[in-house]
Amino acid sequence: MSDVALTKEEFVSDQEVRWCPGCGDYAILSTVQRLAPKLGIPRENFVFVSGIGCSSRFPYYMNTYGFHTIHGRALTIATGLACARPELSVWVVTGDGDCLSIGGNHFIHCMRRNVNLNVLMFNNRIYGLTKGQYSPTSELGKKTKSTPYGSIEQPINAISMALACEATFIARSFDVHTVHLSEVLQKGAEHKGISFVEIYQNCNIFNDGAFKPITERDVRDERILELKHGEPMLFGPEKKKGIQLVDNAPKVVTLGENGITEKDILVHDETGSNPAIAYMLSRMDYPEFPVPMGIFRSVSRPTYEQMLSDQVESVKTQKGQGDLMKLLKGSETWEVK
Amino acid sequence: MSDTAPQSSNVKVDGQTGVGKGPIQELDSVTIRFAGDSGDGMQLTGTQFTNTSAIIGNDIATFPDFPAEIRAPAGSLPGVSGFQINFSSHEVRTPGDAPNVLVAMNPAALKVHLRDLEKFGILIVNTDAFNEINLKKANYTSNPLQDGSLASYRLFEIPITKLNAEALKDLPITKKEIDRCKNFFALGVMYWMYNRTSEPTIRWIDSKFGKNPNIAEANKRSLKAGFNYGETAEIFTHKYNVAQAKLAPGMYRQITGNQAVALGLVTGAQLARKTLVYCSYPITPATDILHDLSAMKNFDVKTFQAEDEIAAVGAAIGASFGGQVGVTGTSGPGLALKAEAIGLAIMAELPLVIVNVQRAGPSTGMPTKTEQADLLQAMFGRNGESPLAVLAPATPGECFFYAMEAMRIAIKYMCPVILLTDGYLANGAEPWLIPSLESFKKFEVKHLVDAKSFQPYQRDEKTLSRPWVMPGTKGLEHRIGGLEKQDITGNISYDPANHEKMVKFRAAKIERITQEIPPIELCGANSGKVLVLGWGNTYGAITTAVEALQKEGHKVSSAHLRFLNPFPKDLGQLFSRFDKVLIPEVNMGQLRMLIRSRYLVDAIGYNKVQGLPIKIEEIKKAIEELL
Repeated sequence: MSDVALTKEEFVSDQEVRWCPGCGDYAILSTVQRLAPKLGIPRENFVFVSGIGCSSRFPYYMNTYGFHTIHGRALTIATGLACARPELSVWVVTGDGDCLSIGGNHFIHCMRRNVNLNVLMFNNRIYGLTKGQYSPTSELGKKTKSTPYGSIEQPINAISMALACEATFIARSFDVHTVHLSEVLQKGAEHKGISFVEIYQNCNIFNDGAFKPITERDVRDERILELKHGEPMLFGPEKKKGIQLVDNAPKVVTLGENGITEKDILVHDETGSNPAIAYMLSRMDYPEFPVPMGIFRSVSRPTYEQMLSDQVESVKTQKGQGDLMKLLKGSETWEVK
Repeated sequence: MSDTAPQSSNVKVDGQTGVGKGPIQELDSVTIRFAGDSGDGMQLTGTQFTNTSAIIGNDIATFPDFPAEIRAPAGSLPGVSGFQINFSSHEVRTPGDAPNVLVAMNPAALKVHLRDLEKFGILIVNTDAFNEINLKKANYTSNPLQDGSLASYRLFEIPITKLNAEALKDLPITKKEIDRCKNFFALGVMYWMYNRTSEPTIRWIDSKFGKNPNIAEANKRSLKAGFNYGETAEIFTHKYNVAQAKLAPGMYRQITGNQAVALGLVTGAQLARKTLVYCSYPITPATDILHDLSAMKNFDVKTFQAEDEIAAVGAAIGASFGGQVGVTGTSGPGLALKAEAIGLAIMAELPLVIVNVQRAGPSTGMPTKTEQADLLQAMFGRNGESPLAVLAPATPGECFFYAMEAMRIAIKYMCPVILLTDGYLANGAEPWLIPSLESFKKFEVKHLVDAKSFQPYQRDEKTLSRPWVMPGTKGLEHRIGGLEKQDITGNISYDPANHEKMVKFRAAKIERITQEIPPIELCGANSGKVLVLGWGNTYGAITTAVEALQKEGHKVSSAHLRFLNPFPKDLGQLFSRFDKVLIPEVNMGQLRMLIRSRYLVDAIGYNKVQGLPIKIEEIKKAIEELL
């Protein structure tokens, strides 16, 4: 695919983008449009599939093949597409409601099957398109139009869930840090199998500032733990703080204090066969902990559609290409003269 | 035990002696029902009898009738499983109304099925099962074998369990395994009685239990023991013969509706030169299609057992969007769940085949019992103006051709097509004249590749379908979705006039399918007193009843619809030529409602919703009331 030299502009469709001004979705769209030409994939082989919600308008703005489907079902349609056409690069754009609420069942099964999809879940912790109801990721006590006295529901942790569902690539990033987002999405795109990326995204109309306490430039370094494979989990403006494993639980420690050195700090291993540490990381949240960003897990497993195609081929090898007449005849025939 | 009562309307005794003793009585056609516990293997017994009868040249029709419970408590009434077969020396179209013979393996089976047995019919019971416990479980207060209540039947009492155990006693298998063979003892008795060869069943036993020689031997011995019992026991005075039927010449096999659907889908996909992507969630009575197709991978079949009904239809739509043929199979409750996604396929104008093997509803209803009550769901069970094509085969064998046709139409018209079969067609079997591959035309499948003229919603003049573009085609990148489309460009549009235009386009496109429908074939004259109009599984009963009345000189004709949406062009003009229109259905009058509203015809219904097919006699009576 060396002749694929593309530009961002080629991935911009002729449709006017209709998200609210200031929406976090703009930054994500632009990041994806800039990343796509770098992936060495012909533009006609990209397909963006989405469900329903603000984020799900995404395919209309990509100058690629696209399918804006129905609420919660994008993963099912993308699965069928990938099974039918394994050579395509299939991306799913979904939101916290679309993916984890109405589409929750499909999320579970799509993750475990390891279908070769790039799933971008925009998490703004609110229902935006229906004008402001709590979502499955809204925090306990959240006041919204449908919870005027506060939400009484425990939110879902998408990363924990993806881990429990045996997804092979699980990452988190956020809208405004486009460099980080681009890196994560690129690795996800290069990963063979399901890649699930949770993207913290600001809804400036119905849930403005939901991630402000961690994503603002001046506090970011202090409150975000950037996960880097093979490197110690250090954070803070001077990388003086780190995560130590004490009694099988994470603990925030400071280098130089109480004799802590870099050796005491947990080293991130995204390829580990045991997902326990990744799960522990997924539970870490502000303010008790810095919020981990980056790749939680990246392991290799055959993809669903590959195994499906392989099975077709291996049965053909065993039995030969199907003989339709023989099939119609079945096991027992008789002749009437 | 007199043997003088006629077993069917056409009995002649030819005086021949059979192999052994007693004359062979020639019969025109016979209906047998095997009934026992769900664990007694009655479905297998019936299938074997059917298979053998088909191979020796009878025409056959079968009706398996079993509970949804896999193993209801042994001996209980809900646990009774039945299998009815009608085999004949002439053409048969139904599994028969009242059985001539009932084989009852226990009291519960007798209790449930005796009411259907014809008067003076042959009743064979396994006396060993008529103990106090089983009688109680079947709610008998006295033993019917002793209280005279069976006096109007020809009762044959056979201690099947004991005789079978005796025949297998020296085999190194468990008591339970021995007992499991007793259905083949009963089968052997029936093979003797109806002068059938055991060879096909012996072949089946060898292929099924080849790896387990003791079990194979046990089954063979049971079968032989039953056969020999018929031969030597002094209880049967006759054996019977049903001669070969005069079927159209050619190579035949036995086929059920579900098997035929699976074969039709594979054949269709091959004619379209496409990968068949069959996506389904297990549901009775549609699951066998998934089983069959998942074993046909070397025909470029990909099967996907989805996490739920919605995922199944979603994946099928995804496959069609990808340029292969997506098919989903289900039953009524599943069709309800798929409704929204089918609407998407209507809006996105993608080919999609939905096989709905109907069962008795609403809700979970009676999963193993048949009904035709999803017609209106298929027609209208979606939000918005959302027409699609609805096809319904009339016989198990036709399921093959209409599965193929559904796929061809879905591709040609870029629309979802619902294929309505039902539990009766799905599980019923008939001899099937194997079609020659040369008789099928390859489907015309076009994938646009020319970027210059491309507009996603530019319509073909003849079919009104939009182009089917494979993702991966350079220069034709475009977006589709469930939001209303602007005519031609396919861009999102909220323009009021455009919406109405698109609603009308989608409807007109489905209406164009009328150009695919062959003229209606009438059974009988094209005018008269009564027109009987049917669809789906009522075909056999309607046609048989109508032909019988025609022979009696009545001016009655019948027509059977395979296209329910759109209706054939020549349907409307039919009604004016008959005084009355009767529509028998296994529902409360769903086709009747469509016909009345579309053609303003005062059609009369004959409706039965008991989870059972309509009988010939019932239809005959309903017609007679209108003559």
